[in-house]
Amino acid sequence: MDAAPRVRIRMVVNGGAREVEIAPHALLLDVLRDLLDLKGAKRSCDTQVCGACTVLVDDQAVSACTFLAVEADGRAVLTVEGLADGESLDPLQRAFLDAGAVQCGFCTSGMLLTARALLRENSTPSRDDVLHYLRGSLCRCTGYRKIVEAIMTVAEARR
Amino acid sequence: MLRPFTLHRPETAEAACALLAGLGEDAAPYAGGTELLLLMKLGLLRPPHLVDVKRIAGFGDIADGPRLTIGATVTHRTLERSPLVRARCPLVASVARHVANVRVRNVGTVGGNLAFADPHSDLATLFLTLDATVELVSPRGRRELPLAEFVRGPWETARRPDELLASVRISPWPAGTGAAYVKFGVHERPTLGIAVALRLDGAGGRARVSDARVAIGCVSPRPMRVETAEARLNGVTAAELDDAAAGVADAAAASVDPADDLHGSAEYKREMVAVFVRRAVRVAVARARGADAPASFPHAVVA
Repeated sequence: MDAAPRVRIRMVVNGGAREVEIAPHALLLDVLRDLLDLKGAKRSCDTQVCGACTVLVDDQAVSACTFLAVEADGRAVLTVEGLADGESLDPLQRAFLDAGAVQCGFCTSGMLLTARALLRENSTPSRDDVLHYLRGSLCRCTGYRKIVEAIMTVAEARR
Repeated sequence: MLRPFTLHRPETAEAACALLAGLGEDAAPYAGGTELLLLMKLGLLRPPHLVDVKRIAGFGDIADGPRLTIGATVTHRTLERSPLVRARCPLVASVARHVANVRVRNVGTVGGNLAFADPHSDLATLFLTLDATVELVSPRGRRELPLAEFVRGPWETARRPDELLASVRISPWPAGTGAAYVKFGVHERPTLGIAVALRLDGAGGRARVSDARVAIGCVSPRPMRVETAEARLNGVTAAELDDAAAGVADAAAASVDPADDLHGSAEYKREMVAVFVRRAVRVAVARARGADAPASFPHAVVA
Protein backbone atom coordinates (compact mmCIF):
# COMPACT_ATOMS: atom_id res chain seq x y z
CA MET A 1 0.00 0.00 0.00
CA ASP A 2 1.03 3.65 -0.39
CA ALA A 3 2.51 5.16 2.73
CA ALA A 4 -0.09 7.16 4.61
CA PRO A 5 0.63 10.91 4.66
CA ARG A 6 2.69 12.07 7.60
CA VAL A 7 1.02 14.22 10.20
CA ARG A 8 2.33 17.12 12.24
CA ILE A 9 1.63 16.98 15.96
CA ARG A 10 2.26 19.48 18.73
CA MET A 11 2.95 18.35 22.27
CA VAL A 12 4.26 19.92 25.41
CA VAL A 13 7.04 17.53 26.40
CA ASN A 14 8.50 18.00 29.88
CA GLY A 15 7.26 21.58 29.87
CA GLY A 16 8.58 22.56 26.44
CA ALA A 17 6.55 22.89 23.23
CA ARG A 18 7.63 20.34 20.61
CA GLU A 19 6.38 19.90 17.09
CA VAL A 20 7.17 16.74 15.16
CA GLU A 21 6.16 15.22 11.86
CA ILE A 22 5.33 11.55 12.17
CA ALA A 23 3.61 8.66 10.45
CA PRO A 24 0.11 7.84 11.79
CA HIS A 25 1.36 4.47 12.97
CA ALA A 26 4.27 5.92 14.98
CA LEU A 27 4.19 4.85 18.61
CA LEU A 28 4.70 7.45 21.30
CA LEU A 29 7.61 5.47 22.74
CA ASP A 30 9.54 5.58 19.45
CA VAL A 31 8.84 9.29 18.98
CA LEU A 32 10.10 10.07 22.47
CA ARG A 33 13.17 7.83 22.28
CA ASP A 34 14.25 8.19 18.66
CA LEU A 35 12.95 11.58 17.55
CA LEU A 36 13.23 13.54 20.81
CA ASP A 37 16.16 11.55 22.23
CA LEU A 38 14.41 10.95 25.57
CA LYS A 39 15.62 7.47 26.52
CA GLY A 40 14.11 7.31 30.01
CA ALA A 41 11.06 5.32 28.94
CA LYS A 42 12.13 1.78 28.06
CA ARG A 43 10.78 -0.76 25.62
CA SER A 44 10.55 -4.04 27.46
CA CYS A 45 7.48 -6.29 27.27
CA ASP A 46 5.97 -4.19 24.45
CA THR A 47 2.49 -5.39 25.56
CA GLN A 48 1.47 -2.94 28.37
CA VAL A 49 2.23 -5.54 31.00
CA CYS A 50 5.49 -4.36 32.61
CA GLY A 51 5.36 -0.57 33.01
CA ALA A 52 8.92 0.16 31.84
CA CYS A 53 7.64 2.49 29.08
CA THR A 54 5.27 4.43 31.35
CA VAL A 55 4.93 8.13 30.59
CA LEU A 56 2.25 10.58 31.67
CA VAL A 57 -0.08 12.08 29.08
CA ASP A 58 -2.06 14.93 30.64
CA ASP A 59 -1.06 13.50 34.03
CA GLN A 60 -2.38 10.02 33.26
CA ALA A 61 -0.05 7.03 33.13
CA VAL A 62 -0.01 5.27 29.76
CA SER A 63 2.12 2.56 28.16
CA ALA A 64 3.99 4.52 25.48
CA CYS A 65 4.80 1.22 23.71
CA THR A 66 1.16 0.72 22.73
CA PHE A 67 0.00 4.32 22.40
CA LEU A 68 -0.14 6.06 19.04
CA ALA A 69 1.88 9.26 19.08
CA VAL A 70 -0.93 11.08 17.26
CA GLU A 71 -2.99 10.63 20.43
CA ALA A 72 -0.56 12.94 22.22
CA ASP A 73 -1.29 15.79 19.82
CA GLY A 74 -2.24 18.89 21.80
CA ARG A 75 -1.46 17.22 25.11
CA ALA A 76 1.24 17.41 27.78
CA VAL A 77 3.69 14.52 27.98
CA LEU A 78 5.91 13.97 30.99
CA THR A 79 8.86 11.58 30.93
CA VAL A 80 11.32 10.87 33.71
CA GLU A 81 13.67 13.47 32.20
CA GLY A 82 11.10 16.13 33.15
CA LEU A 83 10.99 15.30 36.85
CA ALA A 84 14.13 16.99 38.15
CA ASP A 85 14.45 20.76 38.06
CA GLY A 86 18.03 21.16 36.89
CA GLU A 87 20.22 19.62 39.57
CA SER A 88 17.36 19.57 42.05
CA LEU A 89 15.66 16.18 42.23
CA ASP A 90 11.91 15.68 42.43
CA PRO A 91 10.83 14.59 45.95
CA LEU A 92 9.97 11.14 44.55
CA GLN A 93 13.43 10.77 43.04
CA ARG A 94 15.02 11.85 46.33
CA ALA A 95 12.85 9.38 48.26
CA PHE A 96 13.74 6.52 45.87
CA LEU A 97 17.43 7.22 46.44
CA ASP A 98 17.05 7.56 50.20
CA ALA A 99 15.01 4.36 50.51
CA GLY A 100 17.29 2.34 48.24
CA ALA A 101 14.34 1.77 45.91
CA VAL A 102 16.62 1.61 42.86
CA GLN A 103 18.74 -1.38 41.97
CA CYS A 104 19.27 -2.02 38.26
CA GLY A 105 17.11 1.02 37.50
CA PHE A 106 15.31 -0.36 34.47
CA CYS A 107 11.85 -0.02 36.03
CA THR A 108 12.63 3.20 37.90
CA SER A 109 11.41 5.76 35.38
CA GLY A 110 8.07 3.97 35.11
CA MET A 111 7.80 3.57 38.86
CA LEU A 112 8.49 7.27 39.45
CA LEU A 113 5.95 8.43 36.90
CA THR A 114 3.32 5.96 38.08
CA ALA A 115 3.85 7.18 41.65
CA ARG A 116 3.56 10.77 40.50
CA ALA A 117 0.21 10.03 38.80
CA LEU A 118 -1.04 8.29 41.94
CA LEU A 119 -0.06 11.15 44.25
CA ARG A 120 -1.70 13.63 41.94
CA GLU A 121 -4.99 11.74 42.16
CA ASN A 122 -4.74 10.74 45.79
CA SER A 123 -2.48 12.74 48.06
CA THR A 124 -3.10 10.44 51.03
CA PRO A 125 -2.81 6.91 49.63
CA SER A 126 -2.74 3.89 51.90
CA ARG A 127 -0.13 1.20 51.42
CA ASP A 128 -2.85 -0.86 49.71
CA ASP A 129 -3.65 2.04 47.38
CA VAL A 130 0.03 2.21 46.39
CA LEU A 131 0.23 -1.54 45.81
CA HIS A 132 -2.97 -1.48 43.76
CA TYR A 133 -1.71 1.41 41.64
CA LEU A 134 1.63 -0.28 41.03
CA ARG A 135 -0.01 -3.45 39.73
CA GLY A 136 1.50 -3.93 36.30
CA SER A 137 4.68 -2.03 37.14
CA LEU A 138 7.18 -4.83 37.38
CA CYS A 139 10.46 -4.70 39.29
CA ARG A 140 12.69 -7.76 39.18
CA CYS A 141 15.25 -6.53 41.76
CA THR A 142 13.77 -4.86 44.79
CA GLY A 143 10.78 -6.95 45.75
CA TYR A 144 8.78 -3.67 45.78
CA ARG A 145 9.11 -3.10 49.53
CA LYS A 146 11.49 -0.17 49.22
CA ILE A 147 9.64 1.30 46.27
CA VAL A 148 6.41 1.35 48.28
CA GLU A 149 8.33 2.73 51.26
CA ALA A 150 9.70 5.59 49.16
CA ILE A 151 6.28 6.50 47.78
CA MET A 152 4.72 6.35 51.25
CA THR A 153 7.46 8.66 52.57
CA VAL A 154 6.58 11.31 49.98
CA ALA A 155 2.85 10.85 50.61
CA GLU A 156 3.31 11.21 54.36
CA ALA A 157 5.47 14.30 53.97
CA ARG A 158 2.58 15.91 52.11
CA ARG A 159 -0.02 15.24 54.80
CA MET B 1 6.61 -2.28 15.04
CA LEU B 2 3.30 -1.41 13.54
CA ARG B 3 2.67 -1.68 9.86
CA PRO B 4 1.59 1.59 8.19
CA PHE B 5 -2.10 2.42 8.13
CA THR B 6 -4.29 5.39 7.36
CA LEU B 7 -6.01 6.85 10.39
CA HIS B 8 -9.52 8.25 9.93
CA ARG B 9 -11.05 10.39 12.64
CA PRO B 10 -14.75 10.91 11.89
CA GLU B 11 -16.79 13.10 14.20
CA THR B 12 -20.18 11.48 13.67
CA ALA B 13 -21.37 7.90 13.82
CA GLU B 14 -22.79 8.31 10.31
CA ALA B 15 -19.41 9.30 8.90
CA ALA B 16 -17.70 6.45 10.76
CA CYS B 17 -20.19 3.89 9.45
CA ALA B 18 -19.86 5.26 5.92
CA LEU B 19 -16.09 4.74 6.16
CA LEU B 20 -16.55 1.21 7.48
CA ALA B 21 -19.08 0.44 4.75
CA GLY B 22 -16.77 1.79 2.04
CA LEU B 23 -13.56 0.18 3.27
CA GLY B 24 -15.09 -3.15 4.29
CA GLU B 25 -12.63 -5.58 5.79
CA ASP B 26 -9.73 -3.18 5.14
CA ALA B 27 -10.86 -1.08 8.11
CA ALA B 28 -10.95 -1.72 11.82
CA PRO B 29 -12.69 0.48 14.39
CA TYR B 30 -10.12 1.88 16.81
CA ALA B 31 -10.67 3.37 20.26
CA GLY B 32 -8.10 2.85 23.03
CA GLY B 33 -6.04 0.41 20.99
CA THR B 34 -5.06 -1.60 24.06
CA GLU B 35 -6.17 -4.82 22.39
CA LEU B 36 -6.10 -3.92 18.68
CA LEU B 37 -2.58 -2.46 18.58
CA LEU B 38 -1.16 -5.54 20.30
CA LEU B 39 -2.47 -7.86 17.59
CA MET B 40 -1.36 -5.41 14.92
CA LYS B 41 2.17 -5.38 16.33
CA LEU B 42 2.20 -9.16 16.12
CA GLY B 43 0.98 -8.95 12.53
CA LEU B 44 -2.07 -11.05 13.39
CA LEU B 45 -4.25 -8.15 12.24
CA ARG B 46 -3.14 -5.93 9.37
CA PRO B 47 -5.88 -3.36 8.74
CA PRO B 48 -4.70 -0.74 6.22
CA HIS B 49 -7.26 1.68 7.71
CA LEU B 50 -8.17 2.48 11.30
CA VAL B 51 -11.37 4.36 12.05
CA ASP B 52 -10.94 6.24 15.33
CA VAL B 53 -14.33 6.39 17.06
CA LYS B 54 -13.28 8.53 20.03
CA ARG B 55 -14.38 11.83 18.47
CA ILE B 56 -17.95 10.73 17.91
CA ALA B 57 -20.31 12.80 20.07
CA GLY B 58 -22.00 10.79 22.80
CA PHE B 59 -19.71 7.77 22.57
CA GLY B 60 -17.82 8.91 25.67
CA ASP B 61 -20.91 9.53 27.82
CA ILE B 62 -22.49 7.61 30.68
CA ALA B 63 -26.23 8.31 30.90
CA ASP B 64 -28.65 7.55 33.73
CA GLY B 65 -32.18 6.21 33.29
CA PRO B 66 -34.06 3.04 34.17
CA ARG B 67 -31.03 1.44 32.55
CA LEU B 68 -27.51 2.79 32.69
CA THR B 69 -26.10 3.57 29.23
CA ILE B 70 -22.33 3.37 28.95
CA GLY B 71 -20.87 4.86 25.77
CA ALA B 72 -18.48 2.69 23.79
CA THR B 73 -15.44 4.91 24.30
CA VAL B 74 -15.83 5.30 28.06
CA THR B 75 -12.52 4.13 29.50
CA HIS B 76 -12.23 1.56 32.27
CA ARG B 77 -10.82 4.34 34.43
CA THR B 78 -13.84 6.58 33.85
CA LEU B 79 -16.13 3.67 34.67
CA GLU B 80 -14.12 3.01 37.84
CA ARG B 81 -14.38 6.61 39.02
CA SER B 82 -17.82 7.66 37.74
CA PRO B 83 -20.01 8.84 40.67
CA LEU B 84 -23.07 7.75 38.67
CA VAL B 85 -21.78 4.20 38.14
CA ARG B 86 -20.66 3.97 41.76
CA ALA B 87 -24.11 5.03 42.93
CA ARG B 88 -26.18 2.91 40.55
CA CYS B 89 -24.05 -0.20 40.29
CA PRO B 90 -21.00 -0.10 42.55
CA LEU B 91 -19.81 -3.57 41.55
CA VAL B 92 -19.28 -2.37 37.97
CA ALA B 93 -16.96 0.38 39.22
CA SER B 94 -15.22 -2.09 41.49
CA VAL B 95 -14.65 -4.63 38.69
CA ALA B 96 -13.41 -1.84 36.39
CA ARG B 97 -10.87 -0.91 39.09
CA HIS B 98 -9.33 -4.36 38.74
CA VAL B 99 -9.11 -4.57 34.94
CA ALA B 100 -5.49 -5.09 33.82
CA ASN B 101 -3.39 -2.19 35.17
CA VAL B 102 -3.86 1.55 35.53
CA ARG B 103 -2.22 2.33 32.17
CA VAL B 104 -4.57 0.01 30.30
CA ARG B 105 -7.54 1.33 32.28
CA ASN B 106 -6.63 4.94 31.39
CA VAL B 107 -6.74 4.16 27.67
CA GLY B 108 -8.78 0.98 27.09
CA THR B 109 -12.50 1.37 26.51
CA VAL B 110 -15.63 -0.53 27.49
CA GLY B 111 -16.80 -0.79 23.88
CA GLY B 112 -13.40 -1.94 22.71
CA ASN B 113 -13.33 -4.59 25.39
CA LEU B 114 -16.76 -5.95 24.43
CA ALA B 115 -16.26 -5.70 20.68
CA PHE B 116 -12.87 -7.36 20.83
CA ALA B 117 -14.43 -10.26 22.73
CA ASP B 118 -11.22 -11.62 24.16
CA PRO B 119 -12.47 -14.57 26.20
CA HIS B 120 -10.12 -13.74 29.06
CA SER B 121 -11.77 -10.50 30.16
CA ASP B 122 -14.05 -9.33 32.92
CA LEU B 123 -16.69 -6.90 31.74
CA ALA B 124 -18.81 -9.12 29.53
CA THR B 125 -19.13 -11.75 32.26
CA LEU B 126 -20.28 -9.19 34.82
CA PHE B 127 -22.56 -7.41 32.34
CA LEU B 128 -24.38 -10.68 31.57
CA THR B 129 -25.71 -10.65 35.14
CA LEU B 130 -26.98 -7.10 34.51
CA ASP B 131 -29.03 -8.17 31.46
CA ALA B 132 -26.80 -6.04 29.24
CA THR B 133 -27.69 -5.11 25.69
CA VAL B 134 -25.46 -3.50 23.12
CA GLU B 135 -26.48 -0.78 20.69
CA LEU B 136 -25.09 -1.13 17.18
CA VAL B 137 -25.23 1.64 14.58
CA SER B 138 -24.82 1.27 10.84
CA PRO B 139 -25.86 3.03 7.65
CA ARG B 140 -29.08 0.98 7.94
CA GLY B 141 -29.96 2.41 11.35
CA ARG B 142 -29.67 1.18 14.90
CA ARG B 143 -30.29 -2.17 16.50
CA GLU B 144 -30.13 -3.39 20.04
CA LEU B 145 -28.91 -6.89 20.80
CA PRO B 146 -28.58 -8.79 24.08
CA LEU B 147 -24.93 -9.03 25.02
CA ALA B 148 -25.36 -12.81 25.20
CA GLU B 149 -26.14 -12.81 21.46
CA PHE B 150 -23.52 -10.22 20.60
CA VAL B 151 -20.57 -12.22 21.92
CA ARG B 152 -20.44 -15.36 19.80
CA GLY B 153 -17.08 -16.84 20.66
CA PRO B 154 -13.42 -16.02 21.13
CA TRP B 155 -12.77 -12.71 19.33
CA GLU B 156 -16.03 -13.18 17.49
CA THR B 157 -19.13 -11.00 17.74
CA ALA B 158 -22.36 -10.38 15.85
CA ARG B 159 -21.07 -6.97 14.72
CA ARG B 160 -21.28 -6.64 10.95
CA PRO B 161 -18.35 -5.02 9.14
CA ASP B 162 -20.18 -1.71 8.66
CA GLU B 163 -21.57 -1.60 12.20
CA LEU B 164 -20.20 0.23 15.21
CA LEU B 165 -20.77 -0.61 18.84
CA ALA B 166 -22.20 2.67 20.18
CA SER B 167 -23.02 1.78 23.78
CA VAL B 168 -23.86 -0.93 26.25
CA ARG B 169 -26.92 -0.72 28.48
CA ILE B 170 -27.10 -2.43 31.83
CA SER B 171 -30.04 -2.87 34.21
CA PRO B 172 -28.80 -2.21 37.75
CA TRP B 173 -29.99 -4.78 40.26
CA PRO B 174 -32.78 -3.78 42.65
CA ALA B 175 -31.91 -2.61 46.15
CA GLY B 176 -31.07 -5.48 48.50
CA THR B 177 -29.20 -7.46 45.85
CA GLY B 178 -25.91 -8.92 47.01
CA ALA B 179 -23.34 -9.38 44.27
CA ALA B 180 -19.73 -10.37 43.84
CA TYR B 181 -17.25 -10.79 41.02
CA VAL B 182 -14.33 -13.06 41.73
CA LYS B 183 -11.50 -13.61 39.29
CA PHE B 184 -8.66 -16.04 39.63
CA GLY B 185 -5.39 -16.58 37.83
CA VAL B 186 -1.64 -16.20 37.89
CA HIS B 187 -1.21 -14.81 34.37
CA GLU B 188 -1.78 -11.27 33.16
CA ARG B 189 -5.31 -12.13 32.10
CA PRO B 190 -7.75 -13.97 34.36
CA THR B 191 -8.03 -17.76 34.21
CA LEU B 192 -11.64 -17.54 35.28
CA GLY B 193 -14.15 -14.88 36.28
CA ILE B 194 -17.34 -15.56 38.21
CA ALA B 195 -20.17 -13.06 38.67
CA VAL B 196 -22.96 -13.82 41.14
CA ALA B 197 -25.93 -11.64 42.11
CA LEU B 198 -28.89 -12.63 44.27
CA ARG B 199 -31.46 -11.36 46.76
CA LEU B 200 -32.52 -12.79 50.09
CA ASP B 201 -36.26 -12.33 50.70
CA GLY B 202 -37.29 -12.54 54.35
CA ALA B 203 -35.31 -12.54 57.55
CA GLY B 204 -32.83 -14.82 59.28
CA GLY B 205 -32.49 -18.50 58.42
CA ARG B 206 -35.86 -18.56 56.63
CA ALA B 207 -34.87 -15.92 54.11
CA ARG B 208 -35.02 -17.37 50.59
CA VAL B 209 -32.79 -16.69 47.62
CA SER B 210 -34.48 -15.07 44.66
CA ASP B 211 -33.43 -13.59 41.36
CA ALA B 212 -30.11 -15.48 41.38
CA ARG B 213 -27.75 -14.72 38.51
CA VAL B 214 -24.55 -16.62 37.86
CA ALA B 215 -22.19 -15.93 34.96
CA ILE B 216 -18.87 -17.55 34.17
CA GLY B 217 -16.19 -16.10 31.94
CA CYS B 218 -12.72 -17.02 30.59
CA VAL B 219 -13.28 -20.79 30.88
CA SER B 220 -15.60 -21.51 27.96
CA PRO B 221 -15.22 -20.05 24.45
CA ARG B 222 -17.49 -17.20 25.54
CA PRO B 223 -18.88 -15.88 28.83
CA MET B 224 -22.26 -17.36 29.71
CA ARG B 225 -25.05 -17.22 32.27
CA VAL B 226 -25.54 -20.58 33.99
CA GLU B 227 -29.26 -21.17 34.29
CA THR B 228 -28.87 -24.57 35.96
CA ALA B 229 -26.86 -23.01 38.77
CA GLU B 230 -29.30 -20.13 39.09
CA ALA B 231 -32.23 -22.58 39.33
CA ARG B 232 -30.48 -24.46 42.11
CA LEU B 233 -29.97 -21.23 44.05
CA ASN B 234 -33.45 -19.77 43.72
CA GLY B 235 -35.76 -20.72 46.58
CA VAL B 236 -33.02 -22.06 48.82
CA THR B 237 -33.33 -20.80 52.41
CA ALA B 238 -30.42 -19.06 54.10
CA ALA B 239 -30.18 -21.97 56.54
CA GLU B 240 -29.72 -24.45 53.67
CA LEU B 241 -27.30 -22.35 51.68
CA ASP B 242 -24.08 -24.01 52.76
CA ASP B 243 -25.38 -27.42 51.71
CA ALA B 244 -26.95 -26.09 48.53
CA ALA B 245 -23.76 -24.30 47.47
CA ALA B 246 -22.11 -27.61 46.58
CA GLY B 247 -24.92 -28.44 44.15
CA VAL B 248 -24.74 -24.96 42.66
CA ALA B 249 -20.98 -25.34 42.20
CA ASP B 250 -21.41 -28.77 40.58
CA ALA B 251 -24.02 -27.39 38.18
CA ALA B 252 -21.67 -24.55 37.28
CA ALA B 253 -18.73 -26.91 36.74
CA ALA B 254 -20.88 -29.15 34.53
CA SER B 255 -21.92 -26.18 32.39
CA VAL B 256 -18.49 -25.02 31.24
CA ASP B 257 -16.59 -26.13 28.16
CA PRO B 258 -12.92 -25.65 29.09
CA ALA B 259 -9.86 -26.41 26.99
CA ASP B 260 -6.34 -27.40 28.05
CA ASP B 261 -4.05 -24.38 27.73
CA LEU B 262 -1.43 -22.39 29.61
CA HIS B 263 -4.03 -21.45 32.22
CA GLY B 264 -4.38 -25.12 33.16
CA SER B 265 -5.95 -28.38 32.08
CA ALA B 266 -9.65 -28.57 31.33
CA GLU B 267 -10.12 -30.77 34.39
CA TYR B 268 -8.35 -28.25 36.62
CA LYS B 269 -10.40 -25.36 35.31
CA ARG B 270 -13.64 -27.26 35.88
CA GLU B 271 -12.59 -27.88 39.46
CA MET B 272 -11.65 -24.23 39.96
CA VAL B 273 -15.03 -23.16 38.59
CA ALA B 274 -16.69 -25.22 41.33
CA VAL B 275 -14.41 -23.78 44.01
CA PHE B 276 -14.83 -20.17 42.95
CA VAL B 277 -18.57 -20.35 42.33
CA ARG B 278 -18.94 -21.61 45.89
CA ARG B 279 -16.81 -18.73 47.15
CA ALA B 280 -18.52 -16.10 45.04
CA VAL B 281 -21.95 -17.29 46.23
CA ARG B 282 -20.77 -17.02 49.82
CA VAL B 283 -19.59 -13.43 49.33
CA ALA B 284 -22.78 -12.45 47.47
CA VAL B 285 -24.96 -13.95 50.22
CA ALA B 286 -23.06 -12.08 52.93
CA ARG B 287 -23.47 -8.86 50.98
CA ALA B 288 -27.20 -9.52 50.47
CA ARG B 289 -27.43 -9.77 54.25
CA GLY B 290 -25.86 -6.33 54.44
CA ALA B 291 -22.64 -7.64 55.88
CA ASP B 292 -19.37 -6.17 54.77
CA ALA B 293 -17.78 -9.38 53.64
CA PRO B 294 -14.03 -8.97 53.35
CA ALA B 295 -12.85 -12.04 51.51
CA SER B 296 -9.53 -12.91 50.02
CA PHE B 297 -8.41 -16.03 48.23
CA PRO B 298 -4.94 -16.88 46.92
CA HIS B 299 -4.28 -15.57 43.39
CA ALA B 300 -7.77 -14.12 43.26
CA VAL B 301 -9.37 -10.69 43.19
CA VAL B 302 -12.71 -10.23 44.92
CA ALA B 303 -14.59 -7.24 43.51
